Amino acid sequence: MDSDLSPQDKKDLDKFIKFFALKTVQVIVQARLGEKINTCSSSSPTGSDWFNLAIKDIPEVTHEAKKALAGQLPGIGRSMCVEISLKTSEGDSMELETWCLEMNEKCDKDIKVSYTVYNRLSLLLKSLLAITRVTPAYKLSRKQGHDYVILYRIYFGDVQLTGLGEGFQTVRVGIVGTPIGTITLSCAYRTNLALMSSRQFQRTGPIMGIIIDHYVERPFTNMAHMHPCSYRAPGEDEGGTYAGIEDSQEVCTTSFSTSPPSQLYSSRLSYQTPALGTVDLCHPTACTAAAHPHQMVVPGKEGGVPQVPAQPTHGTAAEHGRIPSCPTGQSPQPAPPTSCSSEVKTVSPSDALETTFTRKVGAFVNKATTQVTTTSLDLPFAAFAPRAYDLQENDPMVHPPPSPAPSSPLQGSLHSNTSSHSGEQPQDDFVMVDFKPAFSKDDLLPMDLGTFYKEFQNPPQLASLSIDVSVQSMAEDLDSLPEKLAIYEKNIDEFDAFVDTLQ
Amino acid sequence: MNCRSEVLEVSVEGRQVDEAMLALLHTILLHRSTGKFHYKKEGTYSIGTVGTQDVDCDFIDFTLVRVSSDELDRVIRKAVAEFKDALGNSGSDGMGQISLEFYQKKKSRWPFSDECIPWEVWSIKVNVVNLANEQERQICREKVGEKLGEKVINIVEVINRHEYLPKMPTQSEVDNVFDTSLKDVQPYLYKITYQITDSLGTSVSTTMRRLIKDTLAL
Repeated sequence: MDSDLSPQDKKDLDKFIKFFALKTVQVIVQARLGEKINTCSSSSPTGSDWFNLAIKDIPEVTHEAKKALAGQLPGIGRSMCVEISLKTSEGDSMELETWCLEMNEKCDKDIKVSYTVYNRLSLLLKSLLAITRVTPAYKLSRKQGHDYVILYRIYFGDVQLTGLGEGFQTVRVGIVGTPIGTITLSCAYRTNLALMSSRQFQRTGPIMGIIIDHYVERPFTNMAHMHPCSYRAPGEDEGGTYAGIEDSQEVCTTSFSTSPPSQLYSSRLSYQTPALGTVDLCHPTACTAAAHPHQMVVPGKEGGVPQVPAQPTHGTAAEHGRIPSCPTGQSPQPAPPTSCSSEVKTVSPSDALETTFTRKVGAFVNKATTQVTTTSLDLPFAAFAPRAYDLQENDPMVHPPPSPAPSSPLQGSLHSNTSSHSGEQPQDDFVMVDFKPAFSKDDLLPMDLGTFYKEFQNPPQLASLSIDVSVQSMAEDLDSLPEKLAIYEKNIDEFDAFVDTLQ
Repeated sequence: MNCRSEVLEVSVEGRQVDEAMLALLHTILLHRSTGKFHYKKEGTYSIGTVGTQDVDCDFIDFTLVRVSSDELDRVIRKAVAEFKDALGNSGSDGMGQISLEFYQKKKSRWPFSDECIPWEVWSIKVNVVNLANEQERQICREKVGEKLGEKVINIVEVINRHEYLPKMPTQSEVDNVFDTSLKDVQPYLYKITYQITDSLGTSVSTTMRRLIKDTLAL
């Protein structure tokens, strides 16, 4: 099949496919980092920008992709897939989408490798840039943070779509014909976010309570040195990190030749292997870590060695990659209503209030309950001022997002408001407060308005409305119907007289 | 060679017109722009690098990807602003169409002016709706975001059919195929025009043609 392809063309084509695969992975993963991507156009070619597109290379991602490929290329029957999944703070995970780079047997023998194929691959990458912002996972990834994070996994071989649930949709990004087969790039994405809805069924119904998270001092405010993820040029350290793994960075300098339309086109390719330092590598500085939050690595240290948060558990063909990211804002995840049993006792209201309450952990938080006792002052929510938190270990998501300035104030407020039909922002824990209705405090009576309200909040069902009773009475009614009818017929004169008196 | 023509339709609220048009026009131009050509000796050329930028819309739940070129962005924004003004002036139930046309120039001998031969035309039909309350606007934000997503998929589908594209020109002919006036990127020669339909929607009572890239007048 390759007999028509010159050795140089074959070599070029393999190189294009390899770097196209690597760039595809970069585009997909970067689009799920949770932040906006910005690269600059440059009128003078630097020689390191494959397909004439400024797509930065995150070394960790390139490393993972190369590991998954293991020296092979995507080909017929050998697809390269990037799986994007969501993992909540409670450990539930759900596949959101799978991007597939495949090749089928349909060949285009006449196509020019070094020119047409190259340009079409460039076009396909642009399409990928556009489509990655359109699938539902993009919005989810922009809002990742406290409640969930987005993970990626690269694998090679057969496409696995079973994890996407029922009714998943497929969008084709594009195709490029080559002399050895047709490259297709597509995305299958989940439409059924069942994980979210099933969680709600597991919780009990809401009980009256006040969510006072906005009065709670954030547990990690002392970590003000954390920065949002940003791309930074690598120092010398990173070169060392991956020196043993990466081959010399290959760079394509493509020059094309033109001629009057009647002549043939030809092209020349030259490859350079610049020193690692000159290649415009960038990678985000992760600001989350799987370790204890206090051990979070400070970005900016040592040239920003890529943090190894949940570094992939290396399977045979699959790696999990944690996309280092910072949440960009509040996470308007449609949180289920919290279930906090109100085990709140109020000691004598006439004394300085000493409130003992049991804190139940709300949605998306790992740790169990903590008993906290504080003495409150006259301030209504002083009980929730400084207190010792039992920090959650191994919770990669618990850190306050220093949200980057929204592009416009309106957008900033809109992002927090347009939260998939949920108004509340469940942050950390839910704390039950003794319900103190305004202006109702009365030291004289043993029962105050709040207690009264709580006691009579859930009255028992009316007997006549209970289903069992009505079912029974229905049966009885039916049975007694003939008798009743007989009685009424007998007394028909009485009824008529009664009706006359009414008129 | 026939010019291929694609039509996209969107219904948006008044304040979403700008962003919806920008989203679609920039998506098309992203695919129809290359890096700057640098011609060398022996008839070879190299191509500069195109950067991209994510832009969040303020009034629509959508993030558009555009070429990183402030100059190009300014030109497109100006055209969209004029279109929006025209829509606004036409009446409350604005309907209009903005067209992005890619063309090639064919030099003619004097005294005839250069011919502009379109090879791809994208027409975006806009229907402006008025919404009564904030809740409807909220729903509209999301709905229009989804619609724009579908339109982007449509655009990508058309472009990836890999139908006719002008041949890469020699140095002397590059201005007949590409717009070389920008510093950092090089889109194919294009022009943006618009038409406003009156509120009756029957016939075009006023047709205003504004050529942003004027190549017909000589």
